[in-house]
Order: sequence, then C-alpha cells, then structure tokens
Amino acid sequence: MKKRVTLSLASLVILALFFMGTCDHGQPGPKKPKYINLSIPPGWPKPANDIFVNNKLSEEGFQLGRKLFYDGRLSKDGNFPCASCHQQFAAFSTYDHDFSHGFNNAFTARNAPALFNLAWVPLLHWDGGINHIEVQPLAPITNPREMAENIDSVLKKIKKDTAYRRMFKAAFGDNIINSQRMLKALAQFTGSIISSNSKYDKVQRGEAGFTQTEQNGYNLFKVKCAGCHKEPLFTDNSFRNNGLPVNIYINDFGRMKITGDPGDSLKFKVPSLRNVAITGPYMHDGRMYSLGQVIDHYRTGIQTDQSTLDSLLKKKLPMSNPEKTSLMYFLYTLTDSTLTHDRRFAQQ
Amino acid sequence: MNKRNKVIFFLCRAYTAMTRFFLSHRIPIANGIQQECFTIRSMQRILLFFITIFITFSALAQKKISPGQTGILKVSFINTVNGVPLVLNDSVYSNPFGETYRISKLKYYISNLRAKNTGIAQKERNSYHLLNAADTTSTGFGFSLKPGNYSTLEFLLGVDSLRNCSGAQTGALDPMNDMFWTWNSGYVMFKLEGSSPASGQLNNRIEYHIGGYSGMNKVIKKVSLQSSFEIEAGKTTTLFIETDINKIWKGSNDISIARTPVCATTGPLARRIADNYSNMFSLKKVTVSKP
Repeated sequence: MKKRVTLSLASLVILALFFMGTCDHGQPGPKKPKYINLSIPPGWPKPANDIFVNNKLSEEGFQLGRKLFYDGRLSKDGNFPCASCHQQFAAFSTYDHDFSHGFNNAFTARNAPALFNLAWVPLLHWDGGINHIEVQPLAPITNPREMAENIDSVLKKIKKDTAYRRMFKAAFGDNIINSQRMLKALAQFTGSIISSNSKYDKVQRGEAGFTQTEQNGYNLFKVKCAGCHKEPLFTDNSFRNNGLPVNIYINDFGRMKITGDPGDSLKFKVPSLRNVAITGPYMHDGRMYSLGQVIDHYRTGIQTDQSTLDSLLKKKLPMSNPEKTSLMYFLYTLTDSTLTHDRRFAQQ
Repeated sequence: MNKRNKVIFFLCRAYTAMTRFFLSHRIPIANGIQQECFTIRSMQRILLFFITIFITFSALAQKKISPGQTGILKVSFINTVNGVPLVLNDSVYSNPFGETYRISKLKYYISNLRAKNTGIAQKERNSYHLLNAADTTSTGFGFSLKPGNYSTLEFLLGVDSLRNCSGAQTGALDPMNDMFWTWNSGYVMFKLEGSSPASGQLNNRIEYHIGGYSGMNKVIKKVSLQSSFEIEAGKTTTLFIETDINKIWKGSNDISIARTPVCATTGPLARRIADNYSNMFSLKKVTVSKP
C-alpha cells in the first residue's frame, strides 16, 4: 500500500513537472532546421546519386554553406574563398582566366570548372578524381597552389566566429563544428545551384522560340555534338580524349592519373555546355579563349594520331562557316541569366 | 550512441511531443498571435496522457539491457618488428634484404570487426579504428557482444569501399586524420614513413601510403584469425594481436627499399605491398578479466 502511495505521488510530481514545462512559454525548444527539397526541373533525369540522402538539405544548411563558400578564412591568407575561382557572373567558373590565381601568386594546374547542376555529376574534377561532392572542397582548400590551408586551421578560425556558431547550431541542431559538418554544408550550397532557365530551356517549355539561325544551330548540334554533350544536362559525364595536343608545360594526362590505366591517357571530363558562352576560356587548361577556336579545333585541329582519341572524333567534325556561325548562335541560347543573377547564390 | 541511449533519446522526444499534444492547445492572446497554454479544456486528454506514461515506462523497463547479458571483446594490437615491440624513430631495423631502416610514422585502419562461429557472427557497429603507433590509446578497442564460444576474429585492414565514396565522414574517418587523399578521393589504408640508407630519395626517406578501394587498385584486405575464445557474460575477453611490420618487405612479393622507397599512389606497387602486409597479423594471447 505504501509503495502504491509513493508511486502515485511520484507520478504526480512527474506530471507537475510536465505542466511546468508546457506552460513555460519563454523557453522554446531547439528549433529544427527547415528541410527543403531540391527541385528537379521537369523532364530532367533523376540525379545519378542522391547527394542529399545522407545530408538532408535545409535552408539553414544552405545558408551556412553559402557563407563558407564566400569566406576567405577557408584559405591560408584569407584571400582565396571558393568564390575567388568560382564567380557567379561566370556561372561559377573563373572569368577570362585559363588558370586561376591561388596562394602566393601561384597558378592552379587546370581551368576552374563552372559549378551548377552538380547533383547530376557523379565524379568531380576534370579527371574525375573526386568521388563525392562532400569531399571535393578538401582538394582546393589543402592544395598549396590554391587555398593552401589545412582543415584543422580552417575550423579553428571559423569556431571563433559567433555567427558560425549560431549557424552551425541552426543547421545541425547543436554547437558542434567539425570537418564533416562544414563539408556537408558546403555541399548543400554547391549542390543546390541549378541552371535550368536559359533560352534553350524556355524553348523546351514552349515559353520562347528559337530564331531560324539558332534552330539551324540546334539541328546541327544534335548531329555533331550531342553524342557527348547530351541533353538536357549537355554532358554525359564521361571522360574522353578530344584530340588536343599535349600541353608541354603541365604535361597533364588527365584521367590516367586517377585510374592508372594507359587507356585513360589524355581523357578529361566532358563539360556541360550550359552557360558555355560565359565560362571561357575552354578545355582543361583553358587554352582556347573563344568558342570559335573551340569549334575550329573540332573542325580541323583534332590530333587523329592519338591512340586514345574518342571514336566519335576519328573523322573530325567537318562543318561549313555558316554552320559554325549558326552553331555558335545556338550555344549562346544556353546562357542562363537567372543563374548569374540569383540572389540566393550571391554573397549576402 | 548505443541501443539503450537511442531508446531513451527517442522516448524523451516522444514525451515532449505528447505533452504538447495532450496538455495544451493554442489560444489567441492578441490579434493574430496565438499562445500555447494549458486550460480546463485539456483535462479530458489527461487520461490519455497517463496511459502513454504507463506504456512508455513499461517499454523502457523491457528495453533495459542488463550488463549480465553481454560480454566484451577487446582487441589489442601490438606493433612489432621481427617479434620486438616497435620503437618509433630510435630503433634501427633490418629487412630480409639486409636493408636497414627506421620508422617514424605508422598508421593503419582496422574496420568491420566481427567475431564468428558456425552459425553466429557478432559485428561491432560503426567499426572504424585508426591505429597510430605514436598513440598507445589507439591500439586497443572493444565492443560488447553475445556470450558464447567463438572460433574466428575477422576484420578489414583498411576502410571498406562504401565508406570511401560516401562523402564527408567523422571520427576515425575524419579527413583531418591525414589519412584521406584529397586529389583522388579515398582513404590511405596503411601509412608507413621513415628513413633508410638504402633509399635514394631526399633525406633517405621511405614513404609508403597504401590506398585504393575499387577495381584493379583495391588494397582492402580481409584478415581472418582462427582461435577459439569464449565470451562470458559480464567479462572482458582480450585478444592480443601481434603485427609484424617486417612482413611488408617479403611475402608473396619482394619489396626492396632500394628499388621502391616510395609508394604514394594507387596501383600495382600498392597492391603488391598490401599483399605482403595482409599476413602481418598473428593472434598471440587471450585473457579474460572482470570489467
């Protein structure tokens, strides 16, 4: 009997505690991040690997990633945030630079790729050496020619910033700041950058129409280029040798460095042609400054004696001058000014 | 987090949600502003609330794991060279080709630990350990498992393929541990650095960073040690495993320092070295103690 009394008393106490808890309006519990879904443009394939399956995309995580992306503290001397080589007005490539500038007046070893639609890119970098979007930032951050920092030091710097402490808590529920969270937040930002509102997209959606020249260029594109630059992403994400002579200054053999397979010699990632008009210079080493030069390479410049040359390029891509012009007009329709002007992707 | 903590964590969250649901509702306190509050109208919900308390408490009681139901398997690695415990920097060793060397750094991953017998396999959850010869606390670890007789201890020397391509990790797999290749994603499974007069490299350096998780480049080694050991409830069974680093030079392949003082990429050399060191483990001793 006594036991029962103590038991019921105990439960009353517990109950009372709960009442106090519910009536204490001044102290709201930890706020949950506002989870969001990556909106996939209609008609696009599903992302090859769901980059947000183990990294739930949230507004807070996205904002934290954006702050990190634009923060020079991720580099050794504070001058090289991710955004120094990935500029929004150039579709997140480096505008007008073959190689980008890095720490201590160094040049990077390759042309900075544009960043968009990364959820559809299974392997990153020109040689596909990076197998997951979350671990990509480790490469530029630690590269002595780029940001020249180490992760330990980056974390020390950002832990001192109360804004970061607040933002990590908002994004992940508590104050812990570690490399994993930093990398996941960066992936939430870069993985959310989608380019899908070019004139080409508007034509596909029936909201605009091509001019006759653009249409001619599109028809030609489908015959000559789409074998590698597959719609709607304008790349098939494969690695191919497009017959460039080897650059003797950097001696870059591309994918072979990653796989160790001589069959991969001189193969590089097929880049997306979206926003191609604003992502020059072109090729892995930025050796071509105009789209005209690029098309000329495919018309006449391909080194057909290379053993790993892509089979689609064995006979080069012959094209008349008017055809070249119309193809360029079509490529201009792939520029997405919504992407380059989207405030969400800009430094706040 | 272990199972029990998870259950408690879940229950606590359930409580918070339920108290809010059962005991309060929103009332307008000003134009357009609502406040959560407890009123008489909530009284009818109290009965339900009591029932949930009862159910959850009884669930908690059932879930409680008594320590007597499991035992602990501890694995303790002893790094040696030719049977002598490894001393970093100061000791000079000699390999089967007569080449002398010193070791300044030795780190390797042990993962996916499991104890097996016919019909049973007990796995360690989230089983990733980075062993560092410079840190004696890193060379032993344990997990709880069902009591019984076991015949085999199994683990991977390296990190399984999946974790090599699953994005940013933490703990033993944190890239800050300096065991992750940033330019060619993937873990360095085994890292040995030091010096040898036989090396023609800068400062007579020797450096073996062995990695590669897929296809032709795979160096992940499954190690299976046969030994009968018993796990007793409430007790700790420790398996002492000796690691003979000198096995790296000679096994199915000959690796001489003069010819290959450095291996820092994936490929055939890394595979040959990994073939050798996959045989460096031997089970030396089993002890049983109370926790």
